[in-house]
Amino acid sequence: MFPRAGDGNLSQVRHVVLILSGKGGVGKSTITTQLALALTHAGNKVGILDTDLCGPSIPRMLSVGRPDVHQCDSGWVPVYTDSRKNLALMSIGFLLADPDEAVVWRGPKKTALIGQFVSDVAWGELDVLLVDTPPGTSDEHLAILENLKKHRVDGAVLVTTPQAVSTGDVRREITFCKKTGVRVLGVIENMSGFVCPHCSECSNIFSKGGGEELAKLTGSVFLGCVPLDPQLSSSIEEGKDFAELFPDSTTFSAISSISHTILNSLQTT
Amino acid sequence: MAKGLPRQKPITGVKQVIVVASGKGGVGKSTTAVNLALALMANDSSKSVGLLDADVYGPSIPKLMNLKGNPELSDNNLMIPLTNYGVPCMSMGFLVDDAAPIVWRGLMVMSAMEKLLRQVDWGSLDYLVIDMPPGTGDVQLSITQNIPVAGAVIVSTPQDIALLDARRGAEMFKKVNVPILGLVQNMSVFHCPKCQHQTHIFGSDGARQLAHTLGEEFLGDVPLHLNIRESSDRGQPVVVSCPQSPEAQAYRQVASAVERRLKEVNT
Repeated sequence: MFPRAGDGNLSQVRHVVLILSGKGGVGKSTITTQLALALTHAGNKVGILDTDLCGPSIPRMLSVGRPDVHQCDSGWVPVYTDSRKNLALMSIGFLLADPDEAVVWRGPKKTALIGQFVSDVAWGELDVLLVDTPPGTSDEHLAILENLKKHRVDGAVLVTTPQAVSTGDVRREITFCKKTGVRVLGVIENMSGFVCPHCSECSNIFSKGGGEELAKLTGSVFLGCVPLDPQLSSSIEEGKDFAELFPDSTTFSAISSISHTILNSLQTT
Repeated sequence: MAKGLPRQKPITGVKQVIVVASGKGGVGKSTTAVNLALALMANDSSKSVGLLDADVYGPSIPKLMNLKGNPELSDNNLMIPLTNYGVPCMSMGFLVDDAAPIVWRGLMVMSAMEKLLRQVDWGSLDYLVIDMPPGTGDVQLSITQNIPVAGAVIVSTPQDIALLDARRGAEMFKKVNVPILGLVQNMSVFHCPKCQHQTHIFGSDGARQLAHTLGEEFLGDVPLHLNIRESSDRGQPVVVSCPQSPEAQAYRQVASAVERRLKEVNT
């Protein structure tokens, strides 16, 4: 809400939201990109900071290829998805010489790069900066929080799939947020139900309701369910804009409604 | 302080270590590790198999194997693994509270890994299956630098985004000279329980193609079946709860392929 005085590169970023899970493979990056696209379609300027150094998925999902990253006076210039510059990205994926290169780093090196990602990217003016994180509660997460201490983390969105092995890990992550003073904006239950394209039978492949129960258990807001949608998976696969291709789908309306709820809770603090 | 890299020392009593890894999170490493361990025993009841959960941040093995509680100590101060379905298991999940996050930097994780590897009374095992966390960082390095690994099984779902990370995972193992036993394609296809229509929710055949591209073996397909998740949630892995099911057969086939590959890479 208030500009961040003396924050350098984050001074014109209105809100910073972490996308967390604790559990791998629940769809953090997918949800991050879809929320970002929904927010840009609603007229906001959005940035995505991809802090998953071992498995950077964001560049692939937004089909930005392998552009060079340029430097300016204030640091790295983020990569924009198009000429309108409504969506800015930064990921280690842009900095690797070989896209298939494995980043096999121990903690201290990861911490150092994340420090640079937080302070040295010239984001310019953004309504929301979404920070996509790797699974776990380790060096990367501590580095993000420590480096953002000088600025402000407006909150975290927790992504889970409904089944027990996921909600167990996400519960730990919620505790992590409480201990580190990060406001939990809410829980999203992803891959919640699959509708057979042939007979419309809904199968709860990864169970159902686990995310909502977790939100109740931890006193958090339940942001909503996003179904398991092969059209979304293939849009991601091909780096296409799902919001543009399937604006009438239940999946898109779920994501859109979640993005509104998040924006509202950010704007009322 | 030791100079240079740590020397690899085998775990006392363990004949061969198999790591189940992926690079990508959420592709089913833990589910595969658990069912692989049980399938190895189902294929040959004379084999003894142990399970080590190296995912310090998100330990899933306790839930999947329906195990709870703090391990006791043996007379020589080693942690006694908790056993279910005949498989002794060790996990960080037994040492911490259910809701407690394990917020550790790399160095602490290395130290914890050392304890989980060396300070457990495994007894005598033919195979120790290690369920790795996602990523290519501290845990992977600590394990491969400290113990000899007979081979790595790489799990992936068919979609590109998972294959990218699986490729990185494979490259990491090459860098540290761990033989790759092959790739498992998990969540390969979904059969609608009502109309049997097949949907390739996460794409089709990507992992099989990647195995071919990388010149690695393809160990098998595991379908996306509600039964696997339901039995996992109950802590009754499908290989023991529904041994005649096609899902259990799929895991047993992977286990046979793993044993065959272990003989090939270790001669």
